Amino acid sequence: MKAMNRRKFLKGSLLGGAAASVIGKSKNAEASATFGGYPDAMGVLVDLTRCVGCRSCEAACNKEQGLPAPAQAFDDLSLLDHKRRTSEGAYTVVNRYEIPGQDHPLFRKIQCNHCNEPACLTSCFVNAYTKTPEGAVIYDPTVCVGCRTCMVACPFYIPAYSYSSVLNPVIKKCIFCYDTRLKFGRPPACVEACPREVLTFGKRNDLIKIGHQRIQMYPDLYEDHIYGENEVGGTSWMYLSSAPFDQVGFDTDLGTQPILSYVKEFLTVVPMVLTIWPALFAGFHLLATRKDAQKKEEQSEK
Amino acid sequence: MKTLIAKGKIPLATHYNEDQSTKFSIKDKLLLGLSLSEYLAQAFRNPFNWILAVIFTFGGYVTITRFLFGLGYVTHSSYDYPWGLFLGFGLFTMVPLSASGFMLGTTVEVFGRHDFKPIERLALLNGLLGYFFAVVFLQVDLGQPWRLIYPMFVSLGPAAVLFLVAWHVATYLSVQVAELVPAFAEWAGMPKLKTFIKSMILGLTIAGIILSTLHQGALGALFTYAPGKVHPLWYSAPFQWFHFFTSSVFAGLSMLIVVSTICKKTMAWRADNNFLDNLDRLTLGLAKGATLALITYLVIKIIAIAHDGDWAYLASGWGQWFMLEMAVGVILPMILFTVSIRNNLAGLARFAALLAVLGIVLNRLNTALITFNWKLYQEIPHWREVVICITVYALYIVTYRFILYRLPILYTWKKDEEAAG
Repeated sequence: MKAMNRRKFLKGSLLGGAAASVIGKSKNAEASATFGGYPDAMGVLVDLTRCVGCRSCEAACNKEQGLPAPAQAFDDLSLLDHKRRTSEGAYTVVNRYEIPGQDHPLFRKIQCNHCNEPACLTSCFVNAYTKTPEGAVIYDPTVCVGCRTCMVACPFYIPAYSYSSVLNPVIKKCIFCYDTRLKFGRPPACVEACPREVLTFGKRNDLIKIGHQRIQMYPDLYEDHIYGENEVGGTSWMYLSSAPFDQVGFDTDLGTQPILSYVKEFLTVVPMVLTIWPALFAGFHLLATRKDAQKKEEQSEK
Repeated sequence: MKTLIAKGKIPLATHYNEDQSTKFSIKDKLLLGLSLSEYLAQAFRNPFNWILAVIFTFGGYVTITRFLFGLGYVTHSSYDYPWGLFLGFGLFTMVPLSASGFMLGTTVEVFGRHDFKPIERLALLNGLLGYFFAVVFLQVDLGQPWRLIYPMFVSLGPAAVLFLVAWHVATYLSVQVAELVPAFAEWAGMPKLKTFIKSMILGLTIAGIILSTLHQGALGALFTYAPGKVHPLWYSAPFQWFHFFTSSVFAGLSMLIVVSTICKKTMAWRADNNFLDNLDRLTLGLAKGATLALITYLVIKIIAIAHDGDWAYLASGWGQWFMLEMAVGVILPMILFTVSIRNNLAGLARFAALLAVLGIVLNRLNTALITFNWKLYQEIPHWREVVICITVYALYIVTYRFILYRLPILYTWKKDEEAAG
């Protein structure tokens, strides 16, 4: 009999532990709103003033990630005539921007910016995304349900979806070459492929210093801002530009708060409703039916 | 069915036939006490069924192609607009329009307003089916619908808003099934089951309120992940969940008025006097509740604009679109409801309810599709997407009608002794 009780007790504590771990998890996520990023996270500094739009990075990415061959070859620069975005077949794309008052255009490489506190990660209800200590935002396609909330949540419009697949459509995006390179401390394929040293790979903290040094040394060339240093809580990929950032296709209204901070207002309501509502409405019920209860009591007294 | 009643047929509402000799079988109950040929004949006579047949033949085919050829075949495969009509209409408007279940559950069971009893079951059914078909829409939209249970058991992301929606909708669906079990138990002749559910009805109802508050709000909170994408007039980080929750209150009540009106017009034979005679009074009662919710919603909308400092947007084209939505979908129904309550005009309240329902549809579509990506381009859904939406909605109507014809929702099941007497 005692043994039974102990077993019951163990079972109960196991359940309690499981519940606590679930609660613990959500607590961690909430605490992480002030999370400034892993101290040794790597990143890439993109210097738009150096880019000539050769698309070598696109080709390297395509090869490294084993993506399907593109409809137009990578040396075909006519693609730059219209704006493109990342897709299921291209995790990085280069766009050209004509800058009013400048005699040459600027080129901007787009890929996942690998946020310190990614919106995709915090919005995922199957916890598919991981921000690794190396700085990459990777994901597990084997649990992806295909709700596409991460695509809604991403402020940079990065995640794409393999709509064409019938049996296994999943999210597709740049993973910082995590599996093949970053994990071993090597720079991603696009960085190695760049012939103009547009992309500088290094520790994020160092890159911020390098960026500010460049701005200080050439104040006439650069805008006095590193895009991604603070945007939506900071990103691993950051940009330097010679033109105002909104003229090269950046969203300059994103603010410095991680996306999760906008959602928190609701998340704090949840435990309150869960705990207050039952007592409140049970109270309403007693109040609303008090006359019936009184009648019953009187009847039983008689 | 009307013609059959004129010929002296009585719609089935008891366990035993008139002379008490034989007990109705499940088959009799399913065929409404008609013979199979009579049943089919009345079904073929109904022109609405022919429209449905056309929708299911063509739409059913298109719906199957979605599962054969993937989402890319039936949608524009947009990366910028990941959510199309399936969620924009199917999930985000079906769920608030189904808030009637918890509203009337609260009114009758918690607040003890038993005068609303004649319409309570219709409200519960409206809630259950709306939620169920919202999930059907979700299953059409999910890339891998067979992984629907992943957030429950396989890989949990408890800090995500959608996690909360998934769990709450799932739990609330079972609560609603339980709340409707009494109707099924009467029909199927299982009195013990009914007593069992009745014993925990208060707990179920309060659970319903909690779950509804949170997931109605959570659907709004889903958009707080996209602060730069939804137009500021439809977006407010601190108030979004409250906007969605308060609007679901009048959405559910108005939808209930609309549905009860359709029932009265098209299947009065199935309803009993308890429902028909009380309907005008109940409609005005629901209208009162809806008016309170409408004014709350209007005020909190204005407060949100003031809080976020969005006044300047009102002068833009989007602002005019916003004011049109508020005028036709909120202020006008509010005024019409008030006039109808003052002057005892149930008909006017019904028109106001229709406006409020359309207003909610517009509001949810505005948030999810029309003003979404307002800085980019406008996505127009693929025609196949529209066809699938119509098909699933038609399936919803057919299921709705199938249950209303049979279970004691609009009528009261006659107890055996009453039927004998």
